[in-house]
Amino acid sequence: MTEITFRQALQRGLREALDADPNVFLMGEDIGKYDGAYAVTQGLLEKYGPDRVRDTPISEAAFVGAGVGAAVAGLRPVVELMSMSFSLVASDQIVNMAAKIRYMSGGQLKVPMVLRAPTGGGVQLAATHSQSFENWYASVPGLKVVTPSTPYDALGLLRSSIEDDNPVIFAENALLYATRGDVPDAEYFVPIGVADVKRTGTDITLVGWAHGIVTLMAAAEKLAETGVSAEVVDLRSLRPLDMETVIESVEKTGRALVLDENWRTAGFGAEIAAEIGYRSSDYLDGPVARVSGTDTPSPYSRPLEQLGIPQVAWVIDEIEKTYGI
Amino acid sequence: MFSEQSSSATPGLSDNGSAVSDKYGAGPPPLTDTDLLEMYRTMVLSRKLDQRIWQMNRQGRAAIVASAQGHEAAQVGAIRALDPERDRFYIYYRELTTMLALGVTPLELLLGFLAKEGEPLSGARQFPLHGAIDRDRRDIVSFSNVVATQLPQAVGVALADKMRGEKRVTVAYFGDGASSMGETHEAMNFASIHRLPVIFFCENNKYAISVPISQQMNIESIATRASAYGMPGIEVNGFDPVAVYEAVGAAANLALSGQGPTLVEAVVERFLPHTSDDDDTRYRPPEDLEGIRDLDPIPATEKILRASGTLDDALDEEIKSLAQKIVNQATEDAENAPFPEPQDFYEQVYAPGSPGDQS
Repeated sequence: MTEITFRQALQRGLREALDADPNVFLMGEDIGKYDGAYAVTQGLLEKYGPDRVRDTPISEAAFVGAGVGAAVAGLRPVVELMSMSFSLVASDQIVNMAAKIRYMSGGQLKVPMVLRAPTGGGVQLAATHSQSFENWYASVPGLKVVTPSTPYDALGLLRSSIEDDNPVIFAENALLYATRGDVPDAEYFVPIGVADVKRTGTDITLVGWAHGIVTLMAAAEKLAETGVSAEVVDLRSLRPLDMETVIESVEKTGRALVLDENWRTAGFGAEIAAEIGYRSSDYLDGPVARVSGTDTPSPYSRPLEQLGIPQVAWVIDEIEKTYGI
Repeated sequence: MFSEQSSSATPGLSDNGSAVSDKYGAGPPPLTDTDLLEMYRTMVLSRKLDQRIWQMNRQGRAAIVASAQGHEAAQVGAIRALDPERDRFYIYYRELTTMLALGVTPLELLLGFLAKEGEPLSGARQFPLHGAIDRDRRDIVSFSNVVATQLPQAVGVALADKMRGEKRVTVAYFGDGASSMGETHEAMNFASIHRLPVIFFCENNKYAISVPISQQMNIESIATRASAYGMPGIEVNGFDPVAVYEAVGAAANLALSGQGPTLVEAVVERFLPHTSDDDDTRYRPPEDLEGIRDLDPIPATEKILRASGTLDDALDEEIKSLAQKIVNQATEDAENAPFPEPQDFYEQVYAPGSPGDQS
């Protein structure tokens, strides 16, 4: 095992995929000499050349659409968007096209494309660069939506995403790039659609994904100080969604809290909470607790921005309010 | 770079080896009378099938139809200049003649209009003429009912071909309406940067549903936009199948020789409303509709073939009655075909066996 950053894990995943399959290529804004907006593609242009590491014009609809076409033609494009927020200008290609081409062609065509994008707030990029539309994409049949929280998962899930025959939205929470974790030295894959229990516990199940797991793990530590044993379930992908692991945990602990760092209204956390309530109400000691981001745009000012991002204290307070523990 | 208008003086056909080919390097080989006769057969079949489908819509049997009437010469001329087994076709919804010219059968097309089992493009999941044909070395893709989405995709396919060193042309079909979309601009720009083997083939029928060309753009010719991307733009009379053949042939040669994309604009008329769901007398002035049928490319081609002695009364009758017979048989077979099984509804959302697959 070696300790590396989330960013390094992604870069290793890209290198391994480029080495493993000549059909894999990268395309996006400033991924060449600039190394990518978050330096994930650092050094790849020199190693793999401009054919396989392609800089594009500021033209998301063209290069996401071209990714769809290249995937249909048999390549495995890994397309990088500078921000998940910018996926909106290519969302027609994502939602109307990539997600449905297999279905609309009666299974004749497939779109093995990965769309990587930094996502989430907390880095002072303000309202139009701090959004997490992977939540929206998670409601689209035909897409897979992957949301890793650790370097280990990022690397393994990226390899699986690139080998997947379906289009994958690969959401990289920007707050995670510098986080560190151990990864095996040998190649490995993490299957898409399998949640992971990041910490075992007996008193309450904390469900989240991506950067939310960082908050939940810290909350679990805090809870342990007061004698509450929390189990943390990392969804790892929003679609396909592994509810079985969540339900199994909830029915063991009898309490559940869902953390969604994004907008509360119609957010993905609401889906998880509803499903837990629907399936496990007989096992619950109270309603499913919810913590989410606020229903506001993200301001540039750091103190203001932080007011909208769920904190460890919010999780602790919500648990106390809901379950009295 | 330059933009050039190419249309023959008469509503008939331009001379073989025209100015278009001279201007853009080697053109396609001259068409023979036999070639033109074959194109005529396809146009006649397309018109009869189109009329039948329209009729079936009026009888409540086909849910929605976008007619190709008026576009036949442009479509048959373009395919003649290409290789159905080599090239890739990213078509849009008004491409009935293109489909026939590429070897899709009238029965297969009617199964689509009636949304029956065995419909080869989408498994009866999509609008008629939408989906894909990926067989018999045919590569036809059609997901254009959000207009212009097919253009960036066509560019991506051409990018894949170029990266793999495969010599083929991808043709992206679209209408004047789609030319206003941002994706059209983005696709043309991207294709030209990388000198990709793409032909942007615009069938300009001067109406975006109900909005006339004068309210869509403040220019006379869509082809002139090509200069903004650093690629050739050729405007042709889309009623003249030979002129279209020559323009597309020249563009194909440019694409295959690594010289990048070309914008070809075939100017046509839409003889019928946008689709079976609208009434064009509400938005097209009578003077606009009067006289366009006089330009009908099918009788015009017939006239040329008769003048060259290629076609006489007996052969013409044979061609038309055979086309009608094919359409009648296909209609009967399509009507007798079953609807898809309910299980089909759940299949192919994801790759079979992949998590999320519900089939």
